[in-house]
Amino acid sequence: MAPRIATSAADAVAEITDGATVLIGGFGNAGQPMELIDALLDCGAKDLTVVNNNAGQADAGLALLIKERRVKKIICSFPRQSDSWHFDEAYRAGEIELELVPQGNLAERIRAAGAGIGGFFTPTGYGTLLAEGKETRVIDGKGYVLETPIHADFALIKALKADTLGNLVYRKTARNFGPIMATAAKSAIVQVDEVVQAGSIDPENVITPGIFVDTVVELGGQK
Amino acid sequence: MSAMTTTEAKLTRDEMAQLVAADIPAGAFVNLGIGQPTNVSNYLTKEQGVTLHTENGMLGMGPVATGEDIDPDLINAGKIPVTQLPGASFFHHADSFAMMRGGHLDVCVLGAFQISKDGDLANWHTGAEGAIPAVGGAMDLAIGAKATWVMMSLFTKDGESKLVETLSYPVTGLGCVSRIYTEVAVFELRDAKVFVRSTHGISFEELAAKVPVELTQA
Repeated sequence: MAPRIATSAADAVAEITDGATVLIGGFGNAGQPMELIDALLDCGAKDLTVVNNNAGQADAGLALLIKERRVKKIICSFPRQSDSWHFDEAYRAGEIELELVPQGNLAERIRAAGAGIGGFFTPTGYGTLLAEGKETRVIDGKGYVLETPIHADFALIKALKADTLGNLVYRKTARNFGPIMATAAKSAIVQVDEVVQAGSIDPENVITPGIFVDTVVELGGQK
Repeated sequence: MSAMTTTEAKLTRDEMAQLVAADIPAGAFVNLGIGQPTNVSNYLTKEQGVTLHTENGMLGMGPVATGEDIDPDLINAGKIPVTQLPGASFFHHADSFAMMRGGHLDVCVLGAFQISKDGDLANWHTGAEGAIPAVGGAMDLAIGAKATWVMMSLFTKDGESKLVETLSYPVTGLGCVSRIYTEVAVFELRDAKVFVRSTHGISFEELAAKVPVELTQA
């Protein structure tokens, strides 16, 4: 089925309710779907579990969701940064739960969810604090840790362009988590600079096939 | 006969970077960690044909972008705007970390808090009370590349050796480091031994007295 073309960012996130697990794309500000996050802030959903590489920067986007105490748990690889003051405060106050995951395991857990994989053994983290309590196995003499998929209710993603069938093209390093997050959520919501007619993106250049995309909203871009 | 070399002065940070750059094999795929290792890129020559990987999803990363070349969609792992070189490619995070974990990168260069004589690496968390942990790609990088090299100062501010018998900081990866570049010596970890390849501003004997692990002249 072709994705729903939402009329605004607010319309795009309207189905997100309290307690939802939300994958949010972006690495730093590259690929971070700022307008969708702002709309999520406005829609009032709370007790969210958020999955992102970071835990918000400065006073925008995910940082504000955390500031407003709408995130009960964050799953990320790199929460602490020079400008992660809202996360730092919530964490020190014991008002946000943190699940710290090595970046590659985070990516693979998301990919696994989208690919229907029930778990996988990874060498990353073996013998470290982040493997404590997890099943381990030695395979061909090398230690591995069992990691499980991260499924989500929603994914908020930023891409450069979508066609009316939801096929996506990204831009440079803003691609980062977008393609895997689109696959791992029951509902993938994508903000794009531009929506074009089906057929105007060369099929050879499609990065995320439309089958993974549920909602698209055209917000225009700076470029 | 020992092949170990000695220079009279300690290495500066730039000289360390230069040394690392010169050791990178021609044509290698390389990931340079955030901080001091990033400096290595300044000394790679065109003839070396090295391709730089950045874990946020790019091969063929060029120098830091300035002026009109700054593009918020084109950044490195330190979130600094960079440039792309001819032949560059972009990919998503799972592919990017498959390149590491799958052993496709030839070399990664990282910083460290501590390294054990067996090549165990600590560089992600001090373990200090109240510290907020952050790991990023450190654990993936440490165990993923074919060769993991470390650049660091050999001693802490209190003069303690960061090359130790057993780690006291939380582990990033076990048995992964094969070479350590410091301002006073370059170490090679192989065959369950710590070889000293070169010393700088210090004699082998002085070094051996300050480092609490058994050293062997290369």
